[in-house]
Amino acid sequence: MSDDSPIVLPDDPSFGSDVQVDYPGYRSTRLRAPKRPLVTLPEELHPVGGPVFGDETVFELDYDLTKQHEGEPLGERIIVSGRVLDDNGKPIRNALVEVWQANAGGRYKHEVDQHPAPLDPNFSGAGRCRTDDDGNYRFITIKPGAYPWGNHENAWRPAHIHFSVFGRAFTQRLVTQMYFPGDPLFRFDPIFNSVRDPKARALLVSEFDLATTKPEWALAYRWNIVLGHAGSGTTPLEDT
Amino acid sequence: MNLARTPSQTVGPYYAIGLCRRVENELVPPNDPGAVRVTGQLLDGDGQPIGDGMIEAWDASGSRWGRSGTDAEGRFSFVVSKPAARSGEAPRLDIYVHARGLLKHQLTRLYFPDEPEANAADPVLSSLPEADRAVLVAEQEDGAVRFDIRMQGERQTVFFSL
Repeated sequence: MSDDSPIVLPDDPSFGSDVQVDYPGYRSTRLRAPKRPLVTLPEELHPVGGPVFGDETVFELDYDLTKQHEGEPLGERIIVSGRVLDDNGKPIRNALVEVWQANAGGRYKHEVDQHPAPLDPNFSGAGRCRTDDDGNYRFITIKPGAYPWGNHENAWRPAHIHFSVFGRAFTQRLVTQMYFPGDPLFRFDPIFNSVRDPKARALLVSEFDLATTKPEWALAYRWNIVLGHAGSGTTPLEDT
Repeated sequence: MNLARTPSQTVGPYYAIGLCRRVENELVPPNDPGAVRVTGQLLDGDGQPIGDGMIEAWDASGSRWGRSGTDAEGRFSFVVSKPAARSGEAPRLDIYVHARGLLKHQLTRLYFPDEPEANAADPVLSSLPEADRAVLVAEQEDGAVRFDIRMQGERQTVFFSL
């Protein structure tokens, strides 16, 4: 593939919720996306079960990314919450939800990130929690900044929070990114647009939610996460 | 009700700050009598190491899970105990590969080199062409089990869809 292939391809609703793994505009896919077709596993041979994460996995303040240091991080404090559901709309409880993100200036606390924006000594940018009986998760954090990356000339990622979710079964594993409504960078970002169905892409975008804001303190965004179906891998005990 | 699934996005280059904060690559303690060390390299289509990948391993029969980031050489490692096999199947680990440049994690299987008969009878392994079978069976190396994962190329790892 040549470097002049388009950064963003036109919409294609036939993809549904599937991301296009070899999306050419995202250059790093070229040597990393598998070239051969996937081999379909019959359902009876799917992996069964999945890791169960207990209380010991999560510390009490892991959900609050603003309380991990002496002082408070700079930036706009926000509350991000939502539910983890299966594709039948049933809540998934005790799902482990892990997040990581850039700081308000768009810099990750990672040695490889050399974006010339300041690190914030009061922000590490990582959190985790487990969903409650209704599938609810909740984080307190600061709104991450957009940042430049080397994919193409003047490439910028829209602001996002990375999410990693374990459902009931190993087959429900999801790693994704949550975006913020109305970001002007959406139409230039090959990672966001690698989800080619516009309806599916909208599922990556959180909603501003006045109801879950905390007056005089923080704005709030809601974002639900729908995992694929657990198949024969469902752990009966977790299937409430 | 049939809700649309939330799409996948890449784990990106900085996943370690969120996902590798603790040591989670020991499915069993290293002093477990059945402990086996699994090592391998994650390689791209040019055969170059992928230094920002993450491998997750699931032993369904023992309900044991672990994950390992890759280092600059693309190396990952686990301590496992060889899983019990379900009837008619060979012992195996289910493996997920995550990396920058990979928009969705990929599923593969690690089979063990000291199980030639069970491997020959395994319904998934035996349904594949011979060259692909060889790619999914780890190799014995210095008291460990070596399992390289190639994202592309002639010896590309076999990836499965569910």
